[in-house]
Parts: sequence; structure tokens; C-alpha cells
Amino acid sequence: MVQVGQMEATRSAFGPTLARLCHEGLDIVCVDADLGVSTSAVKFGKEFPERFFTVGVSETNMIGVAAGLAASGKIAFCSTFAVFAPGHCFDQLRMAVAQPRTNVKLVASHGGIVTGEDGASAQALEDLALMLSMPPFKVLFPADLLEAEQAIECAARTDGPFYIRTLRPKTTVIHDESYRFELGRWNTLRMGSDVTLIACGSLVKSALDAAELLSDDGIDARILNASSLRPMDRESLLKAAIETGAIVTVEDHFVHGGLGGIVAEALAEERPTPLRFVGMDRYGTSGTTQQLLEHFGLTPAAIADAARDVIARKTG
Amino acid sequence: MTASANSGHPGGSLSSVEILTTLYFLVMRHDPRNPLWPERDRLVVSKGHATPLVYGVMAEAGYIPADELATFRRLGSRLQGHTVMQKPPGVEMSAGALGMGLSFALGCALAGRLDNLDYRVFCLLSDGDCQEGQTWEAVMAAAHHRAENLTAIVDRNHIQNDGFSDYSRYGGGNGDRPQRPGGWVTEHGHTANIMDLEPFVDKWRAFGWRAWQVDGHDFEAIIGALQEARGLKGQPSVLICETTKGKGVSFMENNPAFHGKAPSPEQLAQALMELAD
Repeated sequence: MVQVGQMEATRSAFGPTLARLCHEGLDIVCVDADLGVSTSAVKFGKEFPERFFTVGVSETNMIGVAAGLAASGKIAFCSTFAVFAPGHCFDQLRMAVAQPRTNVKLVASHGGIVTGEDGASAQALEDLALMLSMPPFKVLFPADLLEAEQAIECAARTDGPFYIRTLRPKTTVIHDESYRFELGRWNTLRMGSDVTLIACGSLVKSALDAAELLSDDGIDARILNASSLRPMDRESLLKAAIETGAIVTVEDHFVHGGLGGIVAEALAEERPTPLRFVGMDRYGTSGTTQQLLEHFGLTPAAIADAARDVIARKTG
Repeated sequence: MTASANSGHPGGSLSSVEILTTLYFLVMRHDPRNPLWPERDRLVVSKGHATPLVYGVMAEAGYIPADELATFRRLGSRLQGHTVMQKPPGVEMSAGALGMGLSFALGCALAGRLDNLDYRVFCLLSDGDCQEGQTWEAVMAAAHHRAENLTAIVDRNHIQNDGFSDYSRYGGGNGDRPQRPGGWVTEHGHTANIMDLEPFVDKWRAFGWRAWQVDGHDFEAIIGALQEARGLKGQPSVLICETTKGKGVSFMENNPAFHGKAPSPEQLAQALMELAD
């Protein structure tokens, strides 16, 4: 049983969850491009060897093979690092998956700067923007292991294209066993009235920590977990904009095109609200996860600073 | 169809006529009234620009009402300029960007094996398809997975968008650049020797495929090779069909200008007259 506060990598949810769902009777197959040990796909392959297809280091081919399997009735998962898919595969994802809405689920690990020592080439900072650019894709970025398991199950049980981003390092489990992921819902992890911090992935924990720092200053921050980037939770977003009047987005991704982008677009259309983006604005480098988060300003202290700044810009 | 739409790809459609005719009317197990029949043989057209031919043959086979062909490339039509998956039902895959069909066909083949269905998967490729890296990823993977239910068919007309893939169909001579490496622009503004695929048959064989090189306008040769391919165990098969782009129309044959351009009304009249002969 996973406990709140335990350190677990979201990527380790992938293979075991697929295996569980296949045991439950779902017609799942998995195509793997030589990173199945890292993405945990091998844990599915070991239990269902005839449903596990290795294609070697050929990500574009992996997407095409998955699309063919999906068009033949399978729930076709595939996984690699996010820099390789979507990184290598935008056109394949567009024409073989998004346009015909084939039942392909891409679960890509090693998103973001937290990937660490492998350096800039391995740290996907554009994957959410690429995937959000294609409307047929549902795009999910779970905050912890428990949510990753549920997001993968949701993708398996919901027809159509999905992209799920998982992470390399072990990150803090923030949900207890009672949590239920829902497509299109941004769970409120903390109520607050002065500012709303909207975060995704492992930085949801950092936003929670930032809220504690702000609380010491008498600032009451609301926290939303934006694990479902598409569909997004416009209702919770608007409610937060109306009730707190200031918003900070927090993501381990470029600030344009990802969470910051979709929040800015929705608020610009519905209710312009003072907004600050915490995220990446340049490519990364090598370092430990913790060093990189500090170097690039993705810390609870930096999130709290952004919150104070945006509160100061509130009118009235 | 292209003349009516005033755009489209007649040349590479005419080079595949015998191939598609053979598949739809003599080889494939399929049912136009039940296009999603799980046990159907599948044709994945990777050269998705060959829509005039694909839709024309599918209309003849009963998938598309003949009068719908006039809507080709028009707003509201199911018949887009490049193929769209299951529009109309029976079109197996969306295509248009080259190089993606063989991976998809392999996925269909692997699914058939997993489900113990004995359908075959055919994939129609162009010269351009075989210049895309993804095609060779799929070639490698299909042999690795011993996809004996997969047959690739290459419409090898040696002409592509900008001109001649190699020197074999370039009638202008090599001019003053006989041995120049890489491509060069001819006096007509086409590119010559864009990307030579030779030794082409050897490449497929080296990747583990059983390969036949046949005259792509000879029905009996195509049928014969496909029959041999059907009996194959443990490896995928490929027919390299040597063809002529624009086959049957004098001013289109081996003319790169008609890769992606529709004939004028006068040219259409002449073409139809020649094809009727």
C-alpha cells in the first residue's frame, strides 16, 4: 500500500497498471522502442509476452505500429521518453493517431527538468505543448504514483487518443487511497481566498509547500492540481479567478504552450485575471533534480514569490 | 477526376492501375457491403496521393457510388485529396505524408496474428515512401516479427514530386554532368537523380524480406508473385513493381510534370481517347 509522503516514480505505474487491466480482460497491447525497462513497460511484457511488441529504437515506427494495432481493435499503448515521442513523432501522432482518432495511448516518461543529470537533450520541455496542439488528444500529467495509475486506467477505458506524461525521479505521493482521478477535473487540494496556485506533475507538491510559506505571511492560497490538461477544468479555473482574483501557474515545462498557455487562453477569453507563470523559459542542463529545480527557480520559495507579486497586482 | 477538381496526382495513379485492379478484383478477400469485416484482407495505401486511382477502383468494387467521384477534392466530400481513414469505409489509413503506411500495415498484421485471424495485409508504397526512414524502420521490424501475413508492393515508377529518382527514366541524357554525385536540375526545371534507391531489391532482401521484381503493368506477373507470397512462412514479402508513371497517356508517361498536376480539358480529352484504345 502506497502511503502519503512516500517517494515513488510515476513512470513505475505504467507496466504494472497495464498488466492489471489486461488481467481484468481489457484487450491491451504495448509497443516498445527499447526503453521498456525505464518506462516500466517490461513489467507488462513479462506477463503478456504475446501482447508486447518490441520495435527497437524506432519511435516513428512505434507510433505507426500502435495505430495499426488500434485500428484492428486493440487498446494500443506505447511508451518511450518524452523527447522521443512526441519529440521524434509529431507527424506520426498527427496523421496516424490524432486525425483518424485511433485508440492509441502514448505514455512518455522523463518529462521536464527533473529528469536531471542526462542534461538538456533528455529533458522534455515542449511535449505538453506539442500534444496540446492536437485537439483529439486527451493530455494528462499526473502528480504522483497513485494518480498516474488512475490516469493510465482512465486512458485504457476511454476510447481515443491519450498522452500521459510521467517522470523519472521518485517524487512525493500526495494522494491517499481514497483519491479518485476524473478526466477534466482539477482537484482542489487546499482551499484559499487570496491567490490560486495551479500546478501539475511533481510541482503540485512544491505548490503545497509554497502555500505553507505563504500561510506564515498570512496569505491564504488555494491549490488546484491540473493533472487533466485536456480536457481542462474551466469551471474550477473560473471559480478560482472569481474567488481569489489572482493566479499562478506552476509547471516543469516551457511556460508557453503548456499549463500556463491554456490557463492564459481561458482567462483571456472568460475573465482576465492577474497571472504569473512559474516554469521554464530556456533549455536545461545537467545536475541533480533538486539542484536543477533550484537553479531554474521551480522551488516553493520561488512559487511563493510569484504569488506575492501577483497578489500585489490585484485591483480593488 | 483530377481534371474536374483542377488539382491532384494523375501520374502516380496511372502507374498503380494494374496493381490495385489485381488486389481488389482477383486477390483480396473483402466485402464492399461490410467494409469493417474483421477478417477482411487489408490494403494500406501509403502513397496517399494516389486517391484518383484508389477512389476510382473502390467505386468499381462497390465501396463508393460512381457519381460521388465527381465530388473529389470538393468541400463536404468524403473524398479528400489524400486518403482519410474510413472515409469512405474501406479506406484503411490516413495518408499523405509519405513513409507511414508500412508501420501501420505491420500493426494490422500483428493484430491479425494475435487474434488468430488469417487475413493478409498489403501495403502500397511509392519511390518516395522508400526514401523515408520510417519505412526502413518498419521493413526491419516486419522481418524481425516474421510478419508472413504482410506483403508490401512498391509502385516503382522512378519519378517523384520534383523529378527523376535516378537516371533510369531520364531521357535527356546526363548532359554535362554524367557522374556528378547527388541530384541536379534539368533543362526542364525538374530534378534528376534525386535519391537513387538502387540496389533496391537487394536492400529488401538484406533486411530479411522475400522479394520479387516484376513488371507492374503485367497482371499475370503480379498475380503469380502474390500467389507465391501467400504461401510464404516466417518472413514478409515484397513485390517491386517496375512501372511507368502516367502509364497509357503519351504526354504523361515518364513526365514528372504530371506527378501533382491535373490535365487541362484538352489534355483530358486526349488522355481518355488514348486510354480507350
